This record gives sequence, structure tokens and C-alpha cells, in this order.
Amino acid sequence: MRAQAYLYSLAFVLAAGLSVPAAAQDTIKIGELNSYKSQPAFLDPYKKGMELALDEINSKGGVKGKKLELISRDDGGNPGEAVRVAEELVTREGVSMIAGTFLSHIGLAVTNFAGQKKVFFLAAEPLTDKITWQNGNKYTFRLRASTYMQTAMLMPAAIAAHAKRWALVYPNFEYGQAAAEAFKTLLKKAQPDVEFVTEQAPPLGKVDAGAVAQAIDDAKPDAIFNVLFGGDLAKFVREGNTRGVFKNRTVVSLLSGEPEYLDPLGAEAPVGWIVTGYPWDKIKTPEHVAFLTAYQKKFNDYPRLGSIVGYTTIKSIAAGLAKAKDLSADSLVDAFKGLYVQSPFGPFQYRASDHQATMGAFVGKIALEKGKGTMEDFKYVDGASVLPSDAEVAKLRPAGAN
Amino acid sequence: MTLNALLFQALNGLSSASGLFFIAAGLSLIFGVTRIVNIAHGSLYMLGTYIAYSLATKIGGAFGFWGGIVLTAIIVGVIGALIEIVLLRRIYRAPELFQLLATFALVLVINDATLWLWGPEDLLGPRAPGLAGAVEIFGRRLPSYDLFLIFVAPAVLIVLHFALAKTRFGRLIRAATQDREMVGALGVNQAVLFTSVFALGALLAGLGGALQVAREPANLATDLIAIGDAFVVVVVGGMGSITGAYLAAIIIAEVKALCIAIGVVDLGFMSVNFSKFTLVAEFIVMAIVLVTRPYGLLGKPQGMVRSVAEPEDPIRPATPMLKGLGAAVFILLLALPLLAQTSPYLMILAIDVLIAVIFATSLHFIMGPGGMHSFGHAAYFGLGAYGAALLVQLAGFPMLAALLAAPIIALLGALLFGWFAVRLSGVYLAMLTLAFAQIVWALVFQWESFTGGSNGVIGVWPSPPFDKSWVYYLLALALAVISVLLLRRFLFAPFGYAMRAGRDSALRAEAIGIDVKRIHWLGFAIAGCVCGIAGGLFAFAKGSISPEAISVGRSIDGLVMVLLGGIQTLVGPIVGASVYATLQDTVMRQTEYWRALLGLIILVLVLAFPQGIAGALSSLARKLGRKPGGAA
Repeated sequence: MRAQAYLYSLAFVLAAGLSVPAAAQDTIKIGELNSYKSQPAFLDPYKKGMELALDEINSKGGVKGKKLELISRDDGGNPGEAVRVAEELVTREGVSMIAGTFLSHIGLAVTNFAGQKKVFFLAAEPLTDKITWQNGNKYTFRLRASTYMQTAMLMPAAIAAHAKRWALVYPNFEYGQAAAEAFKTLLKKAQPDVEFVTEQAPPLGKVDAGAVAQAIDDAKPDAIFNVLFGGDLAKFVREGNTRGVFKNRTVVSLLSGEPEYLDPLGAEAPVGWIVTGYPWDKIKTPEHVAFLTAYQKKFNDYPRLGSIVGYTTIKSIAAGLAKAKDLSADSLVDAFKGLYVQSPFGPFQYRASDHQATMGAFVGKIALEKGKGTMEDFKYVDGASVLPSDAEVAKLRPAGAN
Repeated sequence: MTLNALLFQALNGLSSASGLFFIAAGLSLIFGVTRIVNIAHGSLYMLGTYIAYSLATKIGGAFGFWGGIVLTAIIVGVIGALIEIVLLRRIYRAPELFQLLATFALVLVINDATLWLWGPEDLLGPRAPGLAGAVEIFGRRLPSYDLFLIFVAPAVLIVLHFALAKTRFGRLIRAATQDREMVGALGVNQAVLFTSVFALGALLAGLGGALQVAREPANLATDLIAIGDAFVVVVVGGMGSITGAYLAAIIIAEVKALCIAIGVVDLGFMSVNFSKFTLVAEFIVMAIVLVTRPYGLLGKPQGMVRSVAEPEDPIRPATPMLKGLGAAVFILLLALPLLAQTSPYLMILAIDVLIAVIFATSLHFIMGPGGMHSFGHAAYFGLGAYGAALLVQLAGFPMLAALLAAPIIALLGALLFGWFAVRLSGVYLAMLTLAFAQIVWALVFQWESFTGGSNGVIGVWPSPPFDKSWVYYLLALALAVISVLLLRRFLFAPFGYAMRAGRDSALRAEAIGIDVKRIHWLGFAIAGCVCGIAGGLFAFAKGSISPEAISVGRSIDGLVMVLLGGIQTLVGPIVGASVYATLQDTVMRQTEYWRALLGLIILVLVLAFPQGIAGALSSLARKLGRKPGGAA
């Protein structure tokens, strides 16, 4: 009875626990965890980007004569599992640092874990402002431009629309709510007479697109701010196009110019939307062309934004390791403060004040070319230009976070 | 808002209802005849969208689209038949609900197979040839395809209705739904009947998925979303009633459309965004329907199923030898921290295993001896976890006090929900528990200012000395042993005998003076209370707690653990939880396609041990002529 059970569980625990691989001395181990199964569209290219960066670094002899070894894990798509995987990476694999995560709440749970266990954590993709502000801590840095930054990048276009009546549509979880909140606050400040005529907050992945599009149309807005992405976006765009919801209305939309979300729309890409994104085939800067050529050569596929994030995550880590005096978490934190990194988007910096990277994003209009969506009239917006000052973020971060 | 706007939204609701109807109708048919809770039904629906996408884009044109939809339905129907023949037919004699485990494994395998075949990107199909535009109604534009969907569901409903009412096959299905043993006894080939019903159900799911190809992209998350919706529709409509399924689909879709149409309402003191209620609308509808009409809108009381599984052995107290063995293993587990000095991760995994053991044992307490299949056990896990975490964060409780409070909070929740749940039985009880769990989940998700919304509560770490993982492990071990022994004690007390009597024959139990409802209610509450301990331990082990801890996924994990170990034995949940937790940890590291691997391993276990692992071991022990230890 119970005895049997314990014996079997013990056998399993032992079998799983004792198989610790011997640590090689000439490598630096980096732990990485992400929701590969629940967000494959973004994270498949992300993984490829990481592989490319690793190849480039290790073929040149690694960092300080040591090769980088990446240990990648699925975080099961939920915070509890993610914390266990992070512990596994640290305690069993003996990694020097952890990186990764996609969804905001998972990123936050791992951020908190990093602060508690004093492990260096580079949050690659999760967008929530809380990672670097309200819930920020000494050991956590973030690469991707945050929700606030992306929203702020779209503000000039939103203000220029001179629209009085706005409708908002966003997925009902941290990212969508925060983006809507930031948008309302920023727009109200710039244009006090603005009126928000409706807010639709469908559950993530379950938008009832026809009804939502219709409700927005019925509110008769002059302009629409959209935060939906992925499958939700595709449904919303198709219904909205058929129902004529976007006709003669300015639409400002977060992330919709990223190939991950734009390409599935095919010929139905909503022309004229003002978006943040990544027009991979039109960026002609030397550093991006070099990245693009190498990526296409290695994978015979074009990069998505995920590729950029994955690639830059590894490049950031390599730069940090090169600058750090040893592999301890505190040395890594010191190294990342003010660290300059070369990325396909050009150079950027990890701010010492709030540990946020200043890597920016491209803002432009969606256009249609050869039956596929792309971006036109775009420009690169530097993350540093939209971030609050060091003094302001110091007030946002908890005491002792720096 | 104008009346026209509202009427128009009602049309939107009708077209959404069509999608719900197809998947629910198939699920309802399959359950009615075979009594299989087919979790993989959503996967068949998802396959429908993917296959229809491929046919529509590869063949192209009107034939590729419309012909593709018909072809897809047939292909998915054949897949359904194969699943029944190759897999399910082998385990009909297993204990009740065991087939659920097999279909859960299929969900994992089909999802990874789809990822492998079609890739990770969302695939948006072409618009329907001939119905690409929109028609003007009430001064608004309704997509013509939506109009088509509004009519196609009732058309299929009518065809199905006549097929069931007028044909021999239909009569057999209705007869089997009422009493399948009698149908078998009258010389009907059950194997053929079951296969064809499963194929028909799969075909309907495939058709439903294929019809969505013009409205939404093929997406890998569709399977779980669809199955969740389908269960609700089936239960609200009444198990086995196709017309009920249609009615329920319409009610749910209309409630959602209404929430969206209302949008933000300013109540003066606060503004409420009704569109956020779409998250939970269907579960509130389900809870209301089940509380007022226990068999759904058009359902009838479930026909008796004389169990085809081997009868369950009565449970026996442990023999002295087994007690000794148990003590020895306990001492071994006490010594585990010494081993962990060389591999510290052992402690972390062991803590997770112990939490899973408490979770699964408490679920087994009501599922096995109680005969109440809870599909929403995660609610009490979540209540315990959130209760403990919030007490620490908001009320400044010390860790141990919060851990003590966790089971009490879970107990209160279980007392409340259990009072409603025990009034039902079988799959309706299961679904009501699921509805309550979803309502708790939605409440936690929505009530941002209190629970932290989708982020949850962050930063609840154990206080010293429990911040060392081996100390926390000993605490978890102590609580796990207490929980398991406590639940055993209940089962061997008169209370436990009364609970089993109520399960085996409610009528006779009532006749000898047992208040079955009350006993089952208390049993439900005890299980919820113990489950709260697991929740509290979990919150501090992870340092945070988020709504995922209450999600359907966790409830299903619990079911999988209990069934894997063997529902008819008392060690079953302990073995099942240990195996499943360690398996998941190991498998996730092995391959990119870890879900498929986990699914395949479960399938092998399902086929090898139809009574669960512990159940099989105890039968083996009996066959070898030893004392039936495993059954005790």
C-alpha cells in the first residue's frame, strides 16, 4: 500500500535526481526557459535567433576563451512550472544565469524568483512594465521594449490623428490592460478633450470577433486603438474588414507589424493601420543586412521579430559576460548596468536606473505588396527617447532594487 | 444602444452558436452511447480546421473550399473510428472514467502532431467562395458566411433529429443511450455501434472545425478552448440531447453577444466593462442551469450503467507487515535531505511530488470511495494557495499561520460548492464542480485590486528556517503524511463506510438511516479542506501564485494522477501523483516534442495497466497468491 507507493516514488525521484551531468569546465552555462509549446509562433523563430548568435560567438572562440552553452527548457506556460524549471536550471544544471520567458505573468514570477534567490535574470520578451518598475529588483534586466514604451512610440501618430472619439480593444490580461491604461493616460495628457467611447476586453485567445467588431462600429468612434495579437488579431481583422469597421477610421495598433502576427493575415493585412513592428525586408542598415544574410543562410527562412529578440538576448549575455569580472550574479548585475550592446537594430544600452534596455522598435503604416502585408513610411524609434527619466523611474522602483 | 444594434448582435450570436453546436452535438452523442468523456473531441475539431485549411489552399477554388469541408468531415470521422478501434475498444472494461485518461493522452499527441505537420504559425484560410462579402441588415453589414452558418446548424440539427428518430441506426443509438447492456443482450453488435457513433461524433467535430476555416485561423490552442466550450454546451443542453445542445449553444452565444453589446456601463460610483464577463458567462449560465435543472435543459436522468469493469474489492486496513514497510519508507524519505546535498534539485522535485500527492489523494477521497467525480478540484487548491498568499501579503500573517489558514479557506469554499454539487450525480456533478472552479478562476482573474489579476500574488517566500529547501521539504513531508493518514482514518471510520455505502447504493443507504447527501457533502468538504493544504504549500514553494493554479488544466492533472495510479486502490493516487509529477519533470527535459512523448507514455501505461498502476500491481500480487496489499 503506502509503502509500495513510496518505494516507487523514491525510485523515480532518485532516478531523476541523481543523473546530474558532469559540468564541463571550459564552458559558461546559460539557462533559458520559455513557453515554447504555448507560444510557438513567436518562440520558434526566437530559438533560431538564439542558435545563430551562439554559433557566431562560439565560432570566434566564445567569451574570454570559454564557449557558451545554452540549456533551453519549456516552462510549461505557467508561472508555477516556470519557477520549478528555473530552480532546476540553477540547482541541477548549475547555470550562471537565466534568461527568457514570454508572457507577462510568467516573466514576473521568474523576476521575483531571481530577486529572492539572487540569480541573474535577463527577461527577454515579457512586456509588462512591472518587471522593471513596480516589481523590479536588483538581479533582473529586460531586453524588449516594454508595454509603456511601445504605446508611447505610437502616441505621436495617435495625437496627429486629431480624433475625438476613440474605441479601445485589448486582450483581457496584464499586457492588454496595461497597454490600454497607458494609452488612455498618455492621450488624455496630450489631448484633454478626448473621449473613450467603448472598451472591448475579450479573453485572450477567445475573441468573439464578429460581435466585438460590431460593438466597436456601433459606438461610432473616429479612431481605434488595438492591442489584440495572434489568432485574436486575425479573427478581428477579417470580421472588421467584412463589416467595414475600419473604413475611414484611424487605427493605431500595438505589435501588429511584427511578421509573426502580420504574415498570417496574408492579403487581408489592414492597410493604413499605424503599428509597431519589424519590416525585415526593408531595413537596409549594415548591421541588419549582416544579420539577415546570416539568418537566411543558416535557416533558409526569413527572420521574425522573435528571431531578433532571441539573437539579441544571446548577444547581450555575451557582452555582459565579457564585461563582468567573474560569473557571480553581483558581478553580472554590475556588468549589465549601462552595458552597450550591438544589435541588428543598432546599438542600445541597458539603463542602470531601471535595468531596461533601450532597444527600440519600428513604427510605420501597414501596406500591401504582392498580396502580403508589409510596413511603409516606417522609422526606427529609439527606446531611450520614450522612456521616463532616471529620476522618474527611481520613484517607480521599490526601495533597494538598484 | 439602439434596438437595431441589439437585434444585430443577436444575429452575431446565432452564427457563433453554430460553431458551438457542431462540436457539442458530437460530444453529446459519444457520451450518451459510450459514456466516454472524450477530452480529445476538441483536438478533432482543431484537426478539422487544419485539414480544411490545407484542402482549401492546396486544391483551391470553390471545390477546394466547399468540397474540402465535406472531405474534412469524412477524414476526421475516419480518424475517430480509428481511435475507437485501435485504442478505446481495448479499455472499455476498465473502471469508470478511465477512458478519460486515454483521450487526455490523445490531446497531447494530436497537438504535437499538428505542430509537427503544420508548423507553429497561425493559418488563416481563404474566404468562402461565393460568400466572401456581406449583406446589409438593420443598416449594418453581416458577413454572408455568418448568415450561411446561422442556417447550416439548424439544417444539420433537423437531419440528425430525423436520423435519430426514423432510422434503425438512430433507434439503436437512442436505445443504447438508455440502456446499452440491454441493447447488447438483444443481439446488437456493440463494437460496430460504438465505432460508428464515435465516428459520427468525430465527423461532426471535424465539420464544425472545417466550417470555421473561413472565420478564424487554424491555431494550436483551439483544442482546449473548444473542448471547454463544448462541455458547457452539452451539460447545459442535457447530455445526449442534440436539440438541447443547439438550444444551449444559442443561449450561451447570445449571453456573450449581449455582454459585448453592452460594453462599458457607468454606474455612477464605478464603471463596469461587461465585455470582460465573456470570460465566465458560459460557466455562470451552466451553474444556474445545473442548480435549477439538474439534468440540463432538455436532458433526462442518466440511464443506469451496470459497470462493465471488474467489481471493486472492499478496502482493508493495512497488515502489520505493510505498516512496517510504510514506516521504513517514511524513514527513508526523512533521510532524503542527506542525499540531496550532492544534488539540491532533488529537494525541489520532491516538494512538488509531495504537493501532488496531497492534491491527488484528496481528489481520490471523493472520486474513489465517494464516487463523486470532481472536475474542478483545482478550485480548492487555488483557494488554499490564494488564501495563504493573500493573508501573508495583505494581513501580514506569518508563514505557518497562513499555511494553517489555507485548508480552512478551502474548506469554506468546498462547503459552499459541495452543498450544491452533491445534489447531482455522475457527469452533471462533475460539470457543476467544473463550473464552480471556473467561476473561482474568473473571480480571481478579474478582481485585480485584490488578487493581482492575471499576474497573481508575487513574492510569498517561506520565512526562515523554511527558506532552506530541505527544511521546507520536511515540512511538506510532515503535512503529506498527516494528510494521507487523516484521509485513511476517515475511510476506516464509520463515516467512510457510510460514504461508500452511499456511493454503491444510495437507496439502500438511505433505507438504513444514512443521510447520504449530508455524508457526501461532508466528504466533499473534507477533500476540499485537505486539498487546501496542498495549495498553501504550493504558494510558498513557488514564491508566487497565479490564476493558472485554478485552471482546468490543473483539475485535469489531478484526474490523470488518480486514474494513472488506479482509482480503486488507496495507494493509487500516491503512486499516480509521484509517477506523473516525476514523469512530467523528466519528459519536459528530453525533447522538443515532450507533450507527444508524455502522451505516448500515458497511452502505454493505459493499455498496460487498465486498472491503474497500483491497481495492476495489487492484482498481480493477488494472482501470485500473496496478500492483496495494494488493494488495502
